[in-house]
Amino acid sequence: MKEIIFAILVGGSFGFILHKVGATDPNKIVGFLRLTDLHLAKVILFAIGFSSLLLFILMAVGVIDSTHISVKSSYIGVIIGGAIFGIGFGLGGYCPGTTLAALGSGRKDSIFMILGGLVGAWVYVLMYGWLTENMSWLFDKIAGGKVSLAVTGNDAYPALIDGIPGIVVAAVIALLFMGGAALLPNKLRN
Amino acid sequence: MNSSWGWLKSGIILGASFLLAVALVKPIGVSTQYVIADCFIFCKLKPELAQENVAEDGTKTYSSSNAYLNKSNGKYVKKTLNIANYGFVFVIAMFAGGFLASRLGGPKVKKEETWIPKVWEENLGSSWPKRMAGAFFSGFVILFGARMAGGCTSGHMMSGMMQTSLSGYLFAAGVFAVAVPVAILVFKK
Repeated sequence: MKEIIFAILVGGSFGFILHKVGATDPNKIVGFLRLTDLHLAKVILFAIGFSSLLLFILMAVGVIDSTHISVKSSYIGVIIGGAIFGIGFGLGGYCPGTTLAALGSGRKDSIFMILGGLVGAWVYVLMYGWLTENMSWLFDKIAGGKVSLAVTGNDAYPALIDGIPGIVVAAVIALLFMGGAALLPNKLRN
Repeated sequence: MNSSWGWLKSGIILGASFLLAVALVKPIGVSTQYVIADCFIFCKLKPELAQENVAEDGTKTYSSSNAYLNKSNGKYVKKTLNIANYGFVFVIAMFAGGFLASRLGGPKVKKEETWIPKVWEENLGSSWPKRMAGAFFSGFVILFGARMAGGCTSGHMMSGMMQTSLSGYLFAAGVFAVAVPVAILVFKK
C-alpha cells in the first residue's frame, strides 16, 4: 500500500514537472534537437548534474541507501537501440514518458504515439528470441555490463574508476554537467 | 498563458524529482510499462504468456512461453499479474500530473495544437492523418529501440547518468547521434 501511495505521489509530481519544464511540448523537444532552442538541453544537463551530486553526497552520509540504486547493463544494443530510439525522438518530439504527461496536458496526438509504442514494444518482445539466436552480438556486454563510473558503495555494480572515492568522481562529473548547462547558449543555430 | 519554468528552476526541480524517486523507492523508468501493458492485454488472449506457478510450500514463481517475458525469473509476468504495482501506477499518475500542470497555471496547450504541434504543421503541413501516422511510427521505433536498449530517456539517460552508469552515457550517445540530424533534416524552420 505504501508503494502505491509513493507511486501516485512521485509519478504525479513527475508528470506535473515534465509539463512545467516544457518537456511535454514537441516544439521544445524539436527545438532542442535542431539546436535552435536549447532550453531543455540546459534543464536536462543541470538536472542530471544536480541530482547526481546530491545522490552521491546523501549516499556517502548514509541518508540514501545504496541498495536503492539500479545500474542498467551496458551492451551493444544500448547504443543501437538508442540510435533507433533517436529516429522517433527526432521525428515525433516525444519520449515514452513525456508523451503520457503530454496526453494529460491535452496533446491528443500522444494517443497515436502511445499506440505505436505499445505495438513497437510488443514487436520487440516477439522478436527477442530470434534476436538472441541470430544477432547475439547485440547483447555482447561492454566493459563488464552493469558498471558505473564512480564507486556507488553497492557491490553489485563495480566502478570503472575505483581508485578514487565515488563522491569525488561523481562531483567532478556533476560539476561538468551543471557548468555545461550554465555555459550553453540559448541556441547554437538559427 | 505560457508559464513554464526557467531553465535553472526547471533543472533543480526535475533533478530533485529523480532524486526523490531513488530515495523513496527506486530510479524512475517508464518504457518497461509499455511491455507490462502489452502483456496485460495479450495474456488474456494467450494465457501461456503469463503464468503463475504455486509450489507445494506456497511459494509463487512466474513464467512465460515468450523468451523475453520469461527473462529474470519472469519479472514482467509477475508485474503483469499484479498490475496494481509501483511502476504501473506510476505511469498512470503521470497522466494526472500532466493534466493538473496544464490546468494549474499552465502552460495550456493551444487549441490549434491539440492534434498537431506547431513545428510539425509549419514544416510538414496540417494533414491530420500524416501527423497521426508520424506519431504512430515515432512511438513504434522509440519503444522498439528503448526495449532493445533496456530503458529510455528517464531510465537510461536521467536516472542512469545520475548514478554515473556507463549505460546511460552510451544510450545518450546513440540517441543524439541520430535524433539531432533527423530533427535538423525533417524540420527546416
